[in-house]
Amino acid sequence: MSRQIEVRVDGRALRVPAGISVAAAIARAGVAVFQRSVGGEPRGPLCGMGICFECRVVIDGRRDVRSCMAVCSEGMEIEVARA
Amino acid sequence: MREVASEVLILGAGPAGLAAAAAAAEAGARVDVIEGNRSPGGQIWRPEGATEAHPTTRRWQQRLLRTGVRVHLETTVVAADGPRCIYTVCGGEMSRFRTSRLVLATGSRELFLPFPGWTLPGVTGVGGLQALVKSGWPIEGKRVVVAGSGPLLLAVADSLRRRGAKLLLIAEQAPRRAVVRLARQLWRSPRKAIQALGLMARLVQVPMRYACWPLRATGDECVRSVLLQGSDGSIELECDALACGFGLVPEIAIAAYLGCDVECGAMSVDAQQQSSVPGVYGAGEITGVGGVELAVAEGAVAGTAAAGARVPVRWLARRDRQQAFVSHLDRAFALRPELRRLAAPETIVCRCEDVAFEALAGAESARAAKLATRCGMGSCQGRVCGPATRFLFGWHHDRVRPPFFPVPMAALAAIGTVQPSSANPACYQTFTMDC
Amino acid sequence: MSLPDVLVVGGGIVGAACALELAREGHRVEVLERGFTGCGTTATAMGHIIVLHDSQAQFRLTRWSQELWSALADELPGEVEVDRCGCIWIASEESQMDWVRDKAALYRSHGIEVEVLDSLGLAQAEPSLRPNLAGGLRMREDLVLYPPAAARWLVQRAVDAGATIRTGVSVRRVSGAGATLDDGSTRAAGCVVDAAGTKALELLPEPIPGLQFRPRKGHLAITDRGPRRCWHQLAEIGYLASAHTHAQTSVAFNVQPRRTGQVLVGSSRQYDRHDTRVEPEILARMLRRAIEFIPALAEMRVTRTWTGLRPATDDRLPLIGPVPGHSGLYLATGHEGLGITTSLGTGRLIADMVAGRSSAIDPAPYRLDRCLEPQA
Ligand SMILES: Cc1cc2nc3c(=O)[nH]c(=O)nc-3n(C[C@H](O)[C@H](O)[C@H](O)COP(=O)(O)OP(=O)(O)OC[C@H]3O[C@@H](n4cnc5c(N)ncnc54)[C@H](O)[C@@H]3O)c2cc1C
Ligand SMILES: Cc1cc2nc3c(=O)[nH]c(=O)nc-3n(C[C@H](O)[C@H](O)[C@H](O)COP(=O)(O)OP(=O)(O)OC[C@H]3O[C@@H](n4cnc5c(N)ncnc54)[C@H](O)[C@@H]3O)c2cc1C
Ligand code: FES
Repeated sequence: MSRQIEVRVDGRALRVPAGISVAAAIARAGVAVFQRSVGGEPRGPLCGMGICFECRVVIDGRRDVRSCMAVCSEGMEIEVARA
Repeated sequence: MREVASEVLILGAGPAGLAAAAAAAEAGARVDVIEGNRSPGGQIWRPEGATEAHPTTRRWQQRLLRTGVRVHLETTVVAADGPRCIYTVCGGEMSRFRTSRLVLATGSRELFLPFPGWTLPGVTGVGGLQALVKSGWPIEGKRVVVAGSGPLLLAVADSLRRRGAKLLLIAEQAPRRAVVRLARQLWRSPRKAIQALGLMARLVQVPMRYACWPLRATGDECVRSVLLQGSDGSIELECDALACGFGLVPEIAIAAYLGCDVECGAMSVDAQQQSSVPGVYGAGEITGVGGVELAVAEGAVAGTAAAGARVPVRWLARRDRQQAFVSHLDRAFALRPELRRLAAPETIVCRCEDVAFEALAGAESARAAKLATRCGMGSCQGRVCGPATRFLFGWHHDRVRPPFFPVPMAALAAIGTVQPSSANPACYQTFTMDC
Repeated sequence: MSLPDVLVVGGGIVGAACALELAREGHRVEVLERGFTGCGTTATAMGHIIVLHDSQAQFRLTRWSQELWSALADELPGEVEVDRCGCIWIASEESQMDWVRDKAALYRSHGIEVEVLDSLGLAQAEPSLRPNLAGGLRMREDLVLYPPAAARWLVQRAVDAGATIRTGVSVRRVSGAGATLDDGSTRAAGCVVDAAGTKALELLPEPIPGLQFRPRKGHLAITDRGPRRCWHQLAEIGYLASAHTHAQTSVAFNVQPRRTGQVLVGSSRQYDRHDTRVEPEILARMLRRAIEFIPALAEMRVTRTWTGLRPATDDRLPLIGPVPGHSGLYLATGHEGLGITTSLGTGRLIADMVAGRSSAIDPAPYRLDRCLEPQA
């Protein structure tokens, strides 16, 4: 059993296994749309390896962080930018 | 800016980079490895849930530890000033690595092709979904269609199945006879044959179609269904996730920037894995996509040669055997021309800048299209749309320029500045036995 | 194909502007471009349309050209990204305020809308700038556009007026009666305008003593999209010193807000560099300068960098006019860092010269005869 930690996704508390990616936590929170494209289309992760930039969210106030490359930590505030 | 002096500098800690590092260090060189990810292992030996290293990686780590290889994790190569001067960023801090030999082991990324609906959330790459799932992405009970081309489809389908996904279909665009012809070559590589048989046995319950490819994904804020073209008409499947990738493309940006010859999208190397630029070696998928055994075999040759030692003939032979298989792979999974016609006029091709297919058709070159439409000007720096427009229109990549990844201005601005305190502990990680 | 009256060699912004003016006058114009429209230095430029007063001649050409751009601005389509954001010349130190006041008086006397900003006024106009700057000169009429799109639009208008453009056609030599192409064929014409940018002099029938320019390399960087950081094009007054120095290498603070929310950051100047490689150390120097002025840039991500070569003459004025000894051959190049701005004025001057009439400004300071070495 892996240790559980708490993060917040758009203000909602969520318990997740320690060590999972922020992208995974967002998906576990039931969110599909990670960001809006410049034309306003819904977008979510594509590559899973940090090259497409479609999974960018705000983490602890830092904008444009690739959520597939970031790991959840206790108390992390995750904001999913939605138009 | 931090200064690091190295003898053999290896870019990428995937199978090829790890093998190169071990070989170079065991041949007596002072070795540094740069890796953008949080842990070594590359695309295949990804840790589950980011905390534990993959067991295979751990074995490599132990080997590297014995030889004093320094591995710099979460460190991204962003610029270079010739092959002896490599700039990296770690946690916003710029470092300059001076080296006499360079081994490029930057691997590959997936080829994504545009079709209507491919930009919907829930449509991911095949390796992409695999990577997400390994990082904890929920997949249990989800209805998944795996589509596209190449051996990765089966490997990923199997790992999704193990995690409780409901696999509705594996759709391989190549015709069955091409894949059967490939299977006949497998006797040359018993290990691959055993892997393939195991995969087929485990996936026997999963519907699999050849000559079958996605035409359209639909959904409003997330994919809900996919329409596929099969040999006997089209099929529509309701699904929660569509994983779609059309093979792998070598990550040659740094090689191209350094002036190494590139042929058919891969870095050209000689028998010693040396490129057209003396002192610059290539190993693994950067030299052509051929799977993990080839990556390791090439890494060992490249690392030894870069360290100035004689490469054992046995190693060369092992590499050549693996290499022979690659041409069969390429032939079996050649992309069919119909895939060039999947995009509708309004289908987005450049996702960063939302440039539609119709805006691109008719442009003279990638650069002309970029200046006219912004295609490729966004954050991904053309890593997604570049290979797609190459396949769709035959365009060659525009020139590579630093930064190779978007970086905070402060980091780039630090180039050339001297910083009194040297090592930044956050950025310099040697392996420990228990990691 | 009927013979053109005028052959324009080079489809950069200068060639495009010449083609448009000539086509409007009813000439049958043909543009020969080696690559595609705007692919040369034009594609690499920042795109400010500014008035400068390093010399009377520079002032006249920039001011006139800016008026021509302003008159067009409402016609330019969205992709040209016209932004009437104005420009602020920033005085870092009190001593530079004299320059600000002098220039303000001068520009006002020519009816140009300017404003002197004190330290506080500058901070209000541009809150992202570092505190305690001395002030600035706000040029309200300066604007910004996207150069390659502007060149394409000019060419399109020329085509609408009857011109033709042949892209992918490389010229080896020009003369007063036509051009020899790289494939050895010739194209005859009534007259020829050589607007091949940094390559223009190499295409002349023979080297003309005294006529020369040096490539002056510039680096630029652009950030990712983000919240708007600045509202004007911003440049330190020291930029002028950088632009006008003959020193080998210089950098200066010069940034431009783009309509996309990106920030375009310049600028560097290096003489006699022929390669367009991005040089990390020069790039870094330029970025450090930018961050000194706008600290918040430090956090913004740079997504792309590039360089361009400015064709720079010794007296910093362009080469516009007939080539001595070759009747029918005109040169339009050497615009250094101002060719986007001065392209429209250049097009008018060339059209006037071809028509044999006088121009709205005196063309003498730009003519080639000024450079020629006296015959022994
Ligand atoms: C998304 C994806 C998933 C895959 N999954 C599988 C699988 O499940 N099974 C399988 O058999 N094969 C898989 N493959 C194929 C796999 O790439 C090869 O089998 C093998 O891993 C290639 O080894 P490599 O060392 O050449 O490259 P990689 O394993 O790709 O390693 C390259 C390394 O270089 C690093 N790198 C690249 N650029 C930079 C930079 N600028 N700065 C710092 N570091 C950098 C990368 O982070 C990466 O760790 C996958 C490929 C991809 C793209
Ligand atoms: C970094 C940088 C920033 C700048 N910023 C600004 C700015 O903000 N504002 C401003 O006003 N100016 C700016 N400039 C200056 C401006 O870009 C140039 O002065 C202007 O683009 C010159 O235009 P041109 O048409 O003469 O040259 P080019 O754009 O180079 O056009 C010449 C054309 O001729 C073609 N050609 C060359 N040889 C041949 C041949 N043999 N046959 C056929 N065709 C040929 C080329 O392909 C090219 O398209 C900047 C320049 C640089 C480098
Ligand atoms: S999913 Fe592509 S960068 Fe994160």
